[in-house]
Amino acid sequence: MIKLQQLSKHYGNIVAVAGLNLHIKRGEIFGLLGPNGAGKTTTIRMLTMLTWPTDGKALINGYDVTRDLNKVKQEIGVVPQQMNLDQELTARENLELHGRLYKQPTAERQKRIEELLDYVELQERADDLVSKFSGGMKRRLMIARALMHNPKVLFLDEPTVGLDPHTRRKIWDLIRRMNNEGMTVLLTTHYIEEAEILCHRVGIMDRGQLIALDTPEKLKRKVGEVAVESFEDTETGYKLFSSREKALDYAGQVKSNVLIRDTNLEDVFIELTGRKVGD
Amino acid sequence: MDFYTVLWREMIVLKRTFYKFLASRLVSPLLYLVAFGWGLGRGIRINGGNYMEFVVPGIIALSAMNTSFNAIGISLNISRLYHKTIEEYLIAPLSAGSFVLGNVLAGTVRGLIASLIILGLAFLFGAKLVLNHWFFLVIILTCFIFASLGVVAAMTINSHEDMSNFSTFVILPMSFLSGTFFLPEYLPQGVAYLIKALPLTHASYALRALAQGQGLLPISLAVLGAYAVLLFIAAVVVVKKVR
Repeated sequence: MIKLQQLSKHYGNIVAVAGLNLHIKRGEIFGLLGPNGAGKTTTIRMLTMLTWPTDGKALINGYDVTRDLNKVKQEIGVVPQQMNLDQELTARENLELHGRLYKQPTAERQKRIEELLDYVELQERADDLVSKFSGGMKRRLMIARALMHNPKVLFLDEPTVGLDPHTRRKIWDLIRRMNNEGMTVLLTTHYIEEAEILCHRVGIMDRGQLIALDTPEKLKRKVGEVAVESFEDTETGYKLFSSREKALDYAGQVKSNVLIRDTNLEDVFIELTGRKVGD
Repeated sequence: MDFYTVLWREMIVLKRTFYKFLASRLVSPLLYLVAFGWGLGRGIRINGGNYMEFVVPGIIALSAMNTSFNAIGISLNISRLYHKTIEEYLIAPLSAGSFVLGNVLAGTVRGLIASLIILGLAFLFGAKLVLNHWFFLVIILTCFIFASLGVVAAMTINSHEDMSNFSTFVILPMSFLSGTFFLPEYLPQGVAYLIKALPLTHASYALRALAQGQGLLPISLAVLGAYAVLLFIAAVVVVKKVR
């Protein structure tokens, strides 16, 4: 569904994305993780034609993002990181604007608007100005807007940033539901548990390169399934082990307090990138 | 017809905020009319006519310029740098030409409304003007020019502060010097030549000649037409380049 071949973006001497190769399958929820500045957003901007690649190729459903612009545009829905709804319009007008921009016939457009307002549970607030909406409502409306023209691939850049736990779960449910109905989803996130819960596969990016690519389970197995945290003075030490016995052995040698637990995706991330998320 | 979608959005917002827009467009021309037409200009006669009738076409020209430039320039600049709403249009299957045309026409509508307000005020102040279709065509052309300039500025200037600097260094001097309140012939010759190359000068000249019943100035119309075409093309080019 989405194919990247040596996709690169340079800004002068700075390499934002360095030759990315990736194949995302139809019907997959794929998560792109990585520290700030790893090149996740730049990758999405190239796939959504907001930024031109310096080199390499990207195909979406077989269409080249630098050649078949209008074909690609019909295939993809985009939920950007920043709230970019039109604040001077109502929820319904925002959806209508989108439908008109994608040249939907009036009857189809009206039907789709009502469907989507129900889908994201905004029917009651449909005629209120977006500027009066809460963060969660805005995010839901952005998803509805991206779905207006029935895209086959959805790009979500940090879909739950700044949302409370309830709203976050609602968005997760929405993403799963769309995926069950056949949508291919590419999302970026800072929240490791989000990737762990939602994504079939994750790719970890660092300094413009893909440094790991697999299912969350396999990645955890690769770095070791058991983690030992030791609390010394000011800093917490992390060590990962392939088995419980080895972990216990190590824990016995540590003098300070220890915590033995299952590895999570965050451990994988830190092990591989050598930095905490958000550095 | 894609440009209509962009225009449609602008017209919804204009309808929603119409009275605020109307009131805000009333203030500065009213002050100009009071200060320059009524107060300062009461005893002045220019080319045998009274100053009020001289100054009204100038005020219409500058108000058409200011309104259409600000309506498009400022809101598009904020949309690009701050709200990022412009990305919704860039992602959509909409050509740069349609995007620019929709915005420029929206700016033209606003500029035209502002000009009509001044005409209304001018009649209340007792100015006698000859109005015909050429008069309105020149107003529309003026709005079109400065809405296009607004697009160019909004797409190329990278901060709100520099946007207001652009207004201060380009738009404000033009408002006062381009034959709006007095004729540039009174200025040193070099300066006068420079001023006569500016679009607003031709707008106020053409409007004044028409309002005083002297008919159409073909050269001014041609200059305005040329500016409109060039700035529109420039606007399309900068929108294309934004990727």
